Amino acid sequence: MVKRIYIREEYCMGCRLCEVHCLVQHSKTKNIIKAYKGEYPKPIPRIIVEEKGYVSFALQCRHCEDAPCLEACITGAMYRDKKTGAVLCDEDKCIGCWMCIMVCPFGVISRNIEGKKIASKCDLCVGEEVPVCVKNCPNEAIVCEEEK
Amino acid sequence: MRYVLIGNSAGGIAAIEAIRECDKKGEITVISDEPRIFVRGKPHINYSRPLISYLLGEKVTLDKMPYRGEDFYKDNRVELILNRKATKLNLKKKEVVLAGDRKLPFDKLLIAAGGMPVIPEIKGLNSGGVFTFTRLADARNIKNYIRTNKVKEAVVVGGGLIGLKATEALMELKIKVVIVELADRVLSATFDKKASSIIENALGRKGCELITNNTVVEIKGKNKRAEGVILKDGKKISASLVIVAVGVRPNIELVKNTPIKTNKGILVDAFLQTNIKDIYAAGDCCEAEDLLLEMKRPIAIWPAAVRQGKIAGFNMAGARKEYPGSFAMNSVELCGIPTISVGETYPEGKGYQVLECFDQKNSVYKKIVLKNNKVVGAIFVSDIERAGIYTGLIKDKVDAASFKEHLLKEDFGLISLPKEYRKHLVAGEVAVI
Amino acid sequence: MAKRPTPTEFIIERDEGKCIACQVCVRMCSNDAHSYDPETDTVTSDSTKCVGCHFCETICPTGAIIIKRNPSEFKLNANWSAQVIRNITKQAETSGVLLTGMGCDKPYPVYWDHIVLNASQVTNPSIDPLREPMELRTYIGRKPDRIELTAHSPQSTEKNKIPSAMDYRLLTKLSPQLKLETPILFSAMSYGSISLNACISLARAAKEIGTFYNTGEGGLHKDLYEYGAHTIVQVASGRFGVHREYLEAGAAIEIKIGQGAKPGIGGHLPGEKVSEEISQTRMIPVGTDALSPAPHHDIYSIEDLKQLIFALKEATRYSKPVGVKISAVHNVAPIASGIVRAGADFVAIDGLRGGTGAAPTVIRDNVGIPIELAIAAVDNRLREEGIRNQASLIAAGGIRSSSDVIKAIALGADAVYIGTAALVAMGCNLCQRCYTGKCNWGIATQDPYLTKRLNPDIGTRRLVNLLRAWSLEIKEMLGGMGINAIESLRGNREQLRGVGLSDTDLKLLGIKPAGEAW
Ligand SMILES: Cc1cc2nc3c(=O)[nH]c(=O)nc-3n(C[C@H](O)[C@H](O)[C@H](O)COP(=O)(O)OP(=O)(O)OC[C@H]3O[C@@H](n4cnc5c(N)ncnc54)[C@H](O)[C@@H]3O)c2cc1C
Ligand code: SF4
Ligand code: SF4
Ligand code: SF4
Ligand code: SF4
Repeated sequence: MVKRIYIREEYCMGCRLCEVHCLVQHSKTKNIIKAYKGEYPKPIPRIIVEEKGYVSFALQCRHCEDAPCLEACITGAMYRDKKTGAVLCDEDKCIGCWMCIMVCPFGVISRNIEGKKIASKCDLCVGEEVPVCVKNCPNEAIVCEEEK
Repeated sequence: MRYVLIGNSAGGIAAIEAIRECDKKGEITVISDEPRIFVRGKPHINYSRPLISYLLGEKVTLDKMPYRGEDFYKDNRVELILNRKATKLNLKKKEVVLAGDRKLPFDKLLIAAGGMPVIPEIKGLNSGGVFTFTRLADARNIKNYIRTNKVKEAVVVGGGLIGLKATEALMELKIKVVIVELADRVLSATFDKKASSIIENALGRKGCELITNNTVVEIKGKNKRAEGVILKDGKKISASLVIVAVGVRPNIELVKNTPIKTNKGILVDAFLQTNIKDIYAAGDCCEAEDLLLEMKRPIAIWPAAVRQGKIAGFNMAGARKEYPGSFAMNSVELCGIPTISVGETYPEGKGYQVLECFDQKNSVYKKIVLKNNKVVGAIFVSDIERAGIYTGLIKDKVDAASFKEHLLKEDFGLISLPKEYRKHLVAGEVAVI
Repeated sequence: MAKRPTPTEFIIERDEGKCIACQVCVRMCSNDAHSYDPETDTVTSDSTKCVGCHFCETICPTGAIIIKRNPSEFKLNANWSAQVIRNITKQAETSGVLLTGMGCDKPYPVYWDHIVLNASQVTNPSIDPLREPMELRTYIGRKPDRIELTAHSPQSTEKNKIPSAMDYRLLTKLSPQLKLETPILFSAMSYGSISLNACISLARAAKEIGTFYNTGEGGLHKDLYEYGAHTIVQVASGRFGVHREYLEAGAAIEIKIGQGAKPGIGGHLPGEKVSEEISQTRMIPVGTDALSPAPHHDIYSIEDLKQLIFALKEATRYSKPVGVKISAVHNVAPIASGIVRAGADFVAIDGLRGGTGAAPTVIRDNVGIPIELAIAAVDNRLREEGIRNQASLIAAGGIRSSSDVIKAIALGADAVYIGTAALVAMGCNLCQRCYTGKCNWGIATQDPYLTKRLNPDIGTRRLVNLLRAWSLEIKEMLGGMGINAIESLRGNREQLRGVGLSDTDLKLLGIKPAGEAW
């Protein structure tokens, strides 16, 4: 089963709570206060909220069927999880060459350069029933559906 | 069905994956003339070519070199022949002849033999301490040479991607490097002057000397050890290591003297098939469609090799897939400055529009090239985060007239694109623009 | 002229230990009460800007914010309360009429809280609504004085067979009725005073529950036509957006004479709120003030009203109920009687505590009478005159819970309108700043930055939940009284008793004091 996150931009209010919770989810302590105030390297969110005028929406990796980042990755760090279909980055293997950033048409991979240089992207919150960005969006502006 | 693949790198491996998606049964044999690597007694059977500079610079250890894991061949039931060169093609009998005369019959053949370093005419090339830099073995040999000869100074001939990658690795090893480049700047194939100047300045700050508009005519050496080079203008530079990195060209050795058509590389059609039925080519050795220039030419980059290998694999296994074409692009981080260049980066001729912002002090540069209101090229230095969106616009040939003025803005994003296109991107539906 | 600072009404308390400077509050406060300082990487707040809507408090991911009433007290004075002093200060500053939103917040007695319900014990069995059928269905519209049936239908010629309901045919032609699955409707809130997303939420919830919402005086947005079968369209003094399709679209028509929050005065939607969409819906130019005059300029008597009622009935070929909404004033009973006699199929009465998007504070807080007394008076009067059946009575203005609903029905209403309760369900915290157009919850605003904050899927779900919950509670209370249909409770004041009410109050309400048996 593949999870897909759908964006409903007409209801995104630009609060960025999705970013906050994504960051916490990917922190070491998973404690919101420690994640923000006491962790090094500072965790970064894997979701991007774009804003222009009153329009805003949250965007994360689309886990493309024909994912360009998979083709571009020179180390083989970027891979598709066989079970979930998610496109994931093996941070151990990644060397921060940013080939994936060059080709992702959504611009949803960011450079995490505080520690070892790695490509940082949405992992669909491995292990969580519902991705935390979806769970914590107060206005259901991102919703998650499972595809068979 | 017997599939034979020559080449065990980006193109070959992508083809294995594609074939196995469609054909679980057929026999797959892969040949490579590169040896197995042993890491603490464990064999690794493939590696990522672009990582060799990281290996040389000790940023990556040998065990991190493999592109696909050990089980890859077993899981895909692939017979792997390593350390063996394919020497001849017998098209009539449909077989590949290997060094040592073993013959491999095939129903479908893929040639993914990659590229070969271009060797310029320089005197004294065999004086010892002179290397090209395209294979894992090169990295290991250079490393050994540096260790045994206590190298302190090196000359890198060629200021292209591979030359600079080698330079960076050598500088990591505390070796003083002089780059000699024939053009007026580094990375002249993909960068414009401004972008090059940022990298040149950064190299200078790190103590690397750059000599442009010049080249090496002779290498002096003694006892299998280089001592220095002589430039076209007569200038002498002392160095005990010389790396020659003036370019790569398609490896077409195997198809010479066969009816398979070549230009610079092996010519293929939209299905990656050569002019001979059942024989395909992919990766650095072939010449496929350039989406932007609308002509065939070699594009020697990893993503193109993977895409081509994959499409060739599908077609070999009977699933008809068309190759949409690729275009030049690269992402290189040099001296800690990330850069990305895509498509036509320094257009010549009429009908182009260039948007740019340049902040030399902070090493930030952004340039967008448009033609008929479509983005056809881009350069990003330092601020690369959302570069892929531009690559997407180039690939999809999106009319940018309505959002042109946003292209350079710091907060440029999908939100700057027309709502319809944005929705199409996000929903993944067929574009209606 | 120097501006004298008035003490702030609220204090924004930020727990620095918990604040992670994520700036969610900064982005979300439409009053700009929070700001971020990148130099120190901290968020600070300006309490003077806070209106007490609690949006930031709700949305802060660490719970670092608490909004408190400013504890700074004036010298205690029973006459000159802090609010009085603030109001005078403000008017001394601005020389303007004080504006406000929502319903009257003065501590007039709330009679609901002095009325208690009955329950069965021993002598008459109570009913379990989860096991036995319980009817909340309510019909709004004129009921005939008597009905005629065919004696026996031709089929049932067999001898000795006991005739069933199917064997009879109704001869009387019934007036058009609105069918409600629960005796609760959403009261008039115009598109303009509230956002389109709020309207959509109300419309969808009405459809899902099987009841009605009311367009108010703002016309019908094109996206709302699909909910026509669950819409009551209003015709008010400004006649905004009233045209043939509008009248045809609704299931019923309501002529608005008055509103509980501002009896005797008209409405005013400031030009800034008249956006493109609103201008199209209301049929007025973009950016012009939408002024509803205090009276309908063609209604100066019951006879005039009768003309309008029948004009509307005529225009819609007598296919839907036409009602009249008035505010509860001293003479509410005779006025309601006149309205019924003028041919209205229902009368909606809006009490003193009825809400509004904008009204002068002085009117809201001082004009009109509580709805409880109005229901009793009107029900009595119509019964006395023998015309109670000719129209349904919908009570509105400050209905806060299922118990208020059931008490209103026992007092004599057929159904109730809820407005404020519906807004609260959608998020409103009654900060009473609806008139500023800066509603943080996306309800009382047309600002596109804010309206998107109300996702109609969520709004609908919450409204549906509320009505389901109230309906269940009503069934529980009915069952407790041993009654299995809301019909049987209507005007059944014997089920009510007053607690702590004066003899006069009890007389007006027509209920006995607690402690007195049947
Ligand atoms: C130092 C360096 C850095 C690079 N960095 C980047 C980068 O950052 N980004 C990027 O996009 N690209 C980069 N490239 C280019 C990239 O590595 C190539 O585009 C890619 O490897 C091409 O893959 P391929 O499968 O076509 O061929 P290759 O990787 O060249 O592999 C060819 C294969 O064929 C086999 N072979 C060849 N001839 C024979 C024969 N006769 N018999 C048997 N086997 C044979 C070889 O053993 C090998 O397995 C870099 C290249 C180098 C050398
Ligand atoms: S949490 Fe939801 S509403 Fe807030 S920014 Fe993210 S997607 Fe938008
Ligand atoms: S990172 Fe980008 S290219 Fe890769 S799967 Fe996600 S959206 Fe697609
Ligand atoms: S940055 Fe990491 S994941 Fe991205 S292409 Fe390079 S190695 Fe692969
Ligand atoms: S799914 Fe998880 S990892 Fe992906 S953006 Fe949402 S919170 Fe982040």
